[in-house]
Amino acid sequence: MQLTAMDIYKLLPKTNCEDCGEASCMAFATKLSEKETQLDLCTELESEAFTELEAMLAPAVREITIGTGDKTVTIGGDEVLYRYELTYYNPTALVIDIADNLSSDEFQERVKTIQGTEFERIGEILKLDAIALRNASGDPAKFAEAATKLKDTRFPLVLCSFDPEAMRAALEKVGDEKPLIYAVNESNLEEMAALALEYHCPLTIFSPNDLEKMKNISRALRSKGIEDIVLDPGTFVEAGVGDSLDDFVMIRRLAVEERDEDFRFPILGIPALTWLYEKDEVQGGIREATIAATLMNKYADVLIFHGTSIWELIPVLTLRQGIYTDPRKPQAVDAGLYEFGDVDQDSPVLMTTNFALTFYTVEGDIKGKANTYLLVLDTEGRAVDVSLAGGQLNAEAVADLIKETGVEEKVKTRTLIIPGLAAPVSGEIEDESGWEVLVGPRDSSAVPGFLSDLKEKS
Amino acid sequence: MDKISQLLKLLEKTDYLEINEFRMDFDELELQLAPAMQRIMQQAVQQQAVVKQASEIESLEFTPPVQDYPGEVAEVQLGAGSRKPVFLGGQKALYRFEDPQPNPPVVTFDVFDIPMPGLPRPIREHFSDVMDHPGDWAKKAVKEFGANMVTIHLIGTGPKVMDKTPREAAQDIEEVLQAVDVPLVVGGSGDPQKDPVILEAAAAAAEGERCLLASANLDLDYRMVAKAAVDYNHAVLSWAITDVNMQKTLNKYLMKEGLTPNDIVMDPTTCALGYGIEFSIDVITRTRLAALKGDQDLQMPMSSGTTNAWGSREAWMKNDDWGPTDYRGPIWEIVTGLTMMLCGVDIFMMLHPLSVQLLSEIGSTFTKEYLSTDVPDISNWITELE
Ligand code: B12
Ligand code: SF4
Repeated sequence: MQLTAMDIYKLLPKTNCEDCGEASCMAFATKLSEKETQLDLCTELESEAFTELEAMLAPAVREITIGTGDKTVTIGGDEVLYRYELTYYNPTALVIDIADNLSSDEFQERVKTIQGTEFERIGEILKLDAIALRNASGDPAKFAEAATKLKDTRFPLVLCSFDPEAMRAALEKVGDEKPLIYAVNESNLEEMAALALEYHCPLTIFSPNDLEKMKNISRALRSKGIEDIVLDPGTFVEAGVGDSLDDFVMIRRLAVEERDEDFRFPILGIPALTWLYEKDEVQGGIREATIAATLMNKYADVLIFHGTSIWELIPVLTLRQGIYTDPRKPQAVDAGLYEFGDVDQDSPVLMTTNFALTFYTVEGDIKGKANTYLLVLDTEGRAVDVSLAGGQLNAEAVADLIKETGVEEKVKTRTLIIPGLAAPVSGEIEDESGWEVLVGPRDSSAVPGFLSDLKEKS
Repeated sequence: MDKISQLLKLLEKTDYLEINEFRMDFDELELQLAPAMQRIMQQAVQQQAVVKQASEIESLEFTPPVQDYPGEVAEVQLGAGSRKPVFLGGQKALYRFEDPQPNPPVVTFDVFDIPMPGLPRPIREHFSDVMDHPGDWAKKAVKEFGANMVTIHLIGTGPKVMDKTPREAAQDIEEVLQAVDVPLVVGGSGDPQKDPVILEAAAAAAEGERCLLASANLDLDYRMVAKAAVDYNHAVLSWAITDVNMQKTLNKYLMKEGLTPNDIVMDPTTCALGYGIEFSIDVITRTRLAALKGDQDLQMPMSSGTTNAWGSREAWMKNDDWGPTDYRGPIWEIVTGLTMMLCGVDIFMMLHPLSVQLLSEIGSTFTKEYLSTDVPDISNWITELE
């Protein structure tokens, strides 16, 4: 169902004027089909063709931005049901809830925890994306007051209340920051719709386990001119999780395969509901992460959490990183010679492969912990044991790498430390390169210890 | 559904008199009349559409996006003779709102023929009292942790481990068979020379018990493994490394040796969370879709070596910034298995009791109809959450 460059080209002016920065209209069409440029860069388009192309190019799932300025998160934008068909866009936004009836200290403490949550993996800092303010007090004034306090954080907001009066009170304070309104249902439709229009905010539909009702509300909102909609079909965390999965999948299938206008919106899930039934901190955290992973695998674009334990968030952040890597891009870094810390002619020389996961894992293990050279072998982006099995990691390639990088001019040592998993080729590398080979630990986390042991011995 | 019964179904929905008359006569109608009926039907349906538009703008009807699949997944029975059988596969659709799965996903607990000093602490904690005897270990997995099945890994047969003989391997199998009445997966040590010999001895020792022999792959004598399965009535795990074409080739080879799709389970390789899980997501999704689209070389249930998750440093490495491994480890295993389950995997090799429990809870919903479960009222979650 994907749009081809040819489909797009047919509607372009075909003058090849190059104003868009591309050498030809065809090149521009190709870039558009891959989402690598923007339609409005073409200066020659008639407005009719522009409108038609704009509709054609609109992703199956509408892309929505929550927040303004440097406090934003963008969700949606997906085109396919399965990531291998293209890629998924805009990683699932991970949101933490905060209640408006916390004491002042508790409130601040929680905001601090949310801001401070981060985890580094494969050269990327993984973080949370937004805060969901919950009108737990039921009091509009308290809700508004808490919203005001959140103005100072670096996060965009989700405002959670079914009471239009409370929602208005909060929007009066933070409406200019374009929070996501949560949520409209059958009974508050007119009032919430009016607020979304007045404040130009995206609006969530809450219709638990009832997609027919959801469709009707969506249609009603769209007929009022509301374009930015988010869908919450209800998160059931126990035996009902099967229904939630069905609802999520059906919504996305309708959007992608049937282009059903009422469902072409991002989906919101609430793993936080786990805590309605599970009060134990450990069990609750494990279960919440499990529900989050389930929904993220099946199309959740926003997830609201209650737990903030790092051990529960790390697996979810890691899953997100995996699912949203672009399968079209090689997972590789540049091969060559890298330096870590203060290196001199007596520094050790390590070797690894240029698979991004391998390289960044090793980098994370030695950066700031060891002074060393690191030779990175081009294995076409493959891990140590994979490239050993596939032949890209071989003695000749390693010998060439030593020559080409000129490492022999930089260090006096002629000892190469290779990964434990590369032990089977250690002898061959010695023969081919003339260097002595030392087999290092199997896991690179042990490298700093290994190097300091070496130093002590010598 | 053929054309005629489709028509019949449509007829039932309409309330036009002339159509009803057609319906009454339907039994006598000859097939060649079908095109004429179809034309009338179309008219009727069009008329109805117009009526609907006029009167029902407020309340649109919702139709679940159900698809037709020409293919289906074979059903594999594990366990026979003195075992309670377990069934894998049999899916005719991708999701349960289309057609619930006939069999829920199954978990098989890992048990080893040696005490396995290398197992992560959160697991040793549960099994340290039984690790000297695979029979006791298996018994505990079944009795205390509700394992549907047990995988006995004959790691000790590895030439560099304890180099146990095929006879010793057979004895270990007998011990486990005596101890529990659930079906077994029998795994080798990973040594391509020795595994086929070991699996053959194990297959003979468990004749008629319908174990899953793990595994046949292109790097070893898969013919010998297939023959052992055929001779002693077992199933074979067909293992390819994240490569759909390699999987197809291997399955074809195995079927040439006399196995049928009802005797094969595929292992498309589980790359753990954070260690290439996305490769497995893609391969497993493509494999299941191919099966449902009718590719007969891929219409077998799938297995996941979920325990690979414990190899990830986030699961085992001590690091105060990441919180206790007691929690990280099980979640790593759950998320790895769960992700594979949502892509279509049917059987999971796992280690930690809590991971097994949570995975099974979600998996058990796959056999239920959409909207057939009582769900709680969550409409006040904003105020109810503490
Ligand atoms: C994902 C994967 C793939 C992916 C490739 C992903 C990629 N870009 O590399 C794909 C699907 C393409 C693949 C293909 C193949 N694979 Co593969 N694959 C894996 C898998 C599941 C994970 C590999 C991984 O990502 N590891 C994570 C990275 C970070 O690990 P790493 O690079 O080794 O780095 C660690 C250590 O080596 C060390 N380290 C790294 N650098 C350094 C440096 C120093 C100085 C030190 C001290 C330490 C150190 O620390 C790092 C962190 O722990 C493994 C099984 C497994 N669970 O390990 C099989 C595995 C590696 N594959 C295997 C095989 C056989 C293959 C194929 C040959 C299959 C085939 N017949 O086609 C092909 C080869 C492809 C090729 N090279 O041409 C086998 C290898 C068996 C063997 N040892 O001989 C494995 C072990 C699976 C198995 N059990 O059989 N594979
Ligand atoms: S600006 Fe428009 S007309 Fe000019 S080359 Fe680009 S696509 Fe073609």
